[in-house]
Amino acid sequence: MLTAVAIAVDGLGFAAWLFLSSVGLTLIYGVMRILNIAHGGFYALGAYTAAWAIGLYTQTGDTIALTYLIIPLAALVAGVVSGLLVERGILRFMYGRDEVLMVLVTYAIFLILEDATKLIWGTDSYISYQPAYWLGTIDVFGLPYTIYKFLIIGVALAVGAALYGALNHTRTGKLLLVVIEDREVSRALGINVTLFFTVTFVIGATLGALGGALTAPEISVVPGIGAEIIVMAFAVIVIGGMGSIGGAMLGALIVGFSRAAFVHLYPPAELFSIYLVMAAVLAVKPYGLFALAESRKI
Amino acid sequence: MVSGKPGAHAGAIRKSRNILMTATAIGLASVLAAAGPAQAEDEQVKIGFVTFLSGGAAGPFGVPARNAAELMIEAVNAGSLPAPYDSAGLAGKQIDALFVDENSKQKNADYQKLVEKDEVDMVLGYISSSSCKAIAPEAEKAQKLTILFDCGTPQIFEEIVTDPKYTFRTGAHATMDNVAAARYLVDTGAKTGSYAGINQNYAFGQDSWRDFSAAMSQVAADAEIATEQFPKIYAGQYGSEISALLTAKPDVVHSSFWGGDMEAFVIQGSTRGIFERAKVVLTTGETAMHRLGTQMPDGTVIGARGPHGDLAPESELNSWFRKAYFDRFGTLPTYPSYKMAQALLGVKAAADKAGSTDQDAVIGALRGLEWEGPSGKVSMALANGHQAIQGTAYGTYKYDKDAGKAVLVDVVRYGAECVNPPAGMNSIDWINSGFEGAKCD
Repeated sequence: MLTAVAIAVDGLGFAAWLFLSSVGLTLIYGVMRILNIAHGGFYALGAYTAAWAIGLYTQTGDTIALTYLIIPLAALVAGVVSGLLVERGILRFMYGRDEVLMVLVTYAIFLILEDATKLIWGTDSYISYQPAYWLGTIDVFGLPYTIYKFLIIGVALAVGAALYGALNHTRTGKLLLVVIEDREVSRALGINVTLFFTVTFVIGATLGALGGALTAPEISVVPGIGAEIIVMAFAVIVIGGMGSIGGAMLGALIVGFSRAAFVHLYPPAELFSIYLVMAAVLAVKPYGLFALAESRKI
Repeated sequence: MVSGKPGAHAGAIRKSRNILMTATAIGLASVLAAAGPAQAEDEQVKIGFVTFLSGGAAGPFGVPARNAAELMIEAVNAGSLPAPYDSAGLAGKQIDALFVDENSKQKNADYQKLVEKDEVDMVLGYISSSSCKAIAPEAEKAQKLTILFDCGTPQIFEEIVTDPKYTFRTGAHATMDNVAAARYLVDTGAKTGSYAGINQNYAFGQDSWRDFSAAMSQVAADAEIATEQFPKIYAGQYGSEISALLTAKPDVVHSSFWGGDMEAFVIQGSTRGIFERAKVVLTTGETAMHRLGTQMPDGTVIGARGPHGDLAPESELNSWFRKAYFDRFGTLPTYPSYKMAQALLGVKAAADKAGSTDQDAVIGALRGLEWEGPSGKVSMALANGHQAIQGTAYGTYKYDKDAGKAVLVDVVRYGAECVNPPAGMNSIDWINSGFEGAKCD
């Protein structure tokens, strides 16, 4: 019983983190058809900015409440600044090129971002445990869980709902769906595709940074965290179907629960759990669970 | 006809003397200029240093090791170390250092470049067990003196290169850490009815757990394994593993986690109370104890992969090292710094003993050598004189609120032959034999 509870809560917690860390990736792919490897760089930038800012703030000995504001603010600053720089400075010159070339370009950007974080913050780790620690723990059938973990689950649900609502129930969202469907026709209809691309990329980058910023209080922020997240995020969006928000959510849940199940029931195979799940899903649905349908152009 | 003017004759002689002197001076200068670099090169010994300069292991390991290398190279070249290392250079030759990042996908190619293109006289480096497993056979193939200064897996000379000629390791392997950890738990009266492990899923983590669990079955025969967790290295998130540890309810939790993984585990585990419910042993905890401060729970058992850092015994060399390191870098040296200093002093001791930096001479002198490092005596006692052993120590973490800093209490020291296998015996066979031949005071 206790193990079942642990699998449920651990799976949900891990899935929330996975979803937050990968949803920006699927959004950018869905709209722009760019496999954005630089996503890991945005995640790391968000984590470093938040950990550094929280560290500075807590040194002043001020009230704790503001640290919870610092997290989204850090994500916003890191995501908007770096997202705009990357999209306006590099990517816009590359639109229309082959998808494989875009992978190489975003990989190069990822390497630049990695070096940039090292240049700004050095190689020492940054620890900013205070926001996770101050909220304390709650007891779930005898197992203590941090309340912060449930906060992350709440944020993941809110982000998922907001993206779904914005895409399906706002005029801008519906226009964006038109852009996704056909860029050329959208341009002909007078939709500012360039602006949509810029905004989408900045939102995607900010979501990546938010994933990192929210994770910072739970981990030790060290060089290389961006590379680690890329593999996980790609697995999640491939399972869910690239470009689908709902798919990313389902993919995160599948990976989260299977990983938790392996850890509790058969730990030696935990390392392979994500690949086992991915192989199993792709064997049945080669393009992922919610792959977007491609309209055929004559 | 010779000019009748004596002054003209003297002037001619002066002129030719000047020309001769100028020519001699130019000739001498060019000879010296040509000989200069050759002579300088001749008096240098080129060492390729490989540590993590980027990636997750750079902060806790690679950079402190590089810092120690820089400090020691300068001191060795200047001859400013305490005796017996107070002569300048390695057998009189100055060290010319070349630093390479270990965080590379092409470690073997980097090694080959050091040997073939950069023509180093020796390679000194490698922190990760995976790196050492790849490089040890490469060193034997390249026939280049290679000194592994840190990596922990006992496999290097027990399985990978069983008859080493060019490869040495100047730090003890991880068997020592885990045998000493098990002994420390029993010696300090910890409750050991059941124990669990959380270790990274690669050579160092797997070997550490193998040796710890084997040692526990010797020193606490009734103890049972509650759960064994092997998360991916650099995973960063251990929520599920901590839940598994909490549900298994072990008395002891063993972890050889290092760097960011260890810090993340302490942050996540301490918040969820695992450190209160179990006695947690961190075999590499020393690198992070000052950084974590109050976040590291009191009562955690801390190791330093040898008697390094806060566990180092007092000596003139240790005091010099700590002060020089602090004055230069603003922090105290942790165990990777100690192990780098220890390796360089081993090379110096060998070269000085041989009176040469010639590869064969250094190899001959280093094999089976004993020398003093900043953390005490090191003996190249295993693997036909190629693998070091040394004594070690464990302590219990306590945050001293009055002093505002972390300290280690209940420190227990173990002799080298108490916690290391004897020559000619594999680590796991030695543990399973009930530590045959161990000498514990």
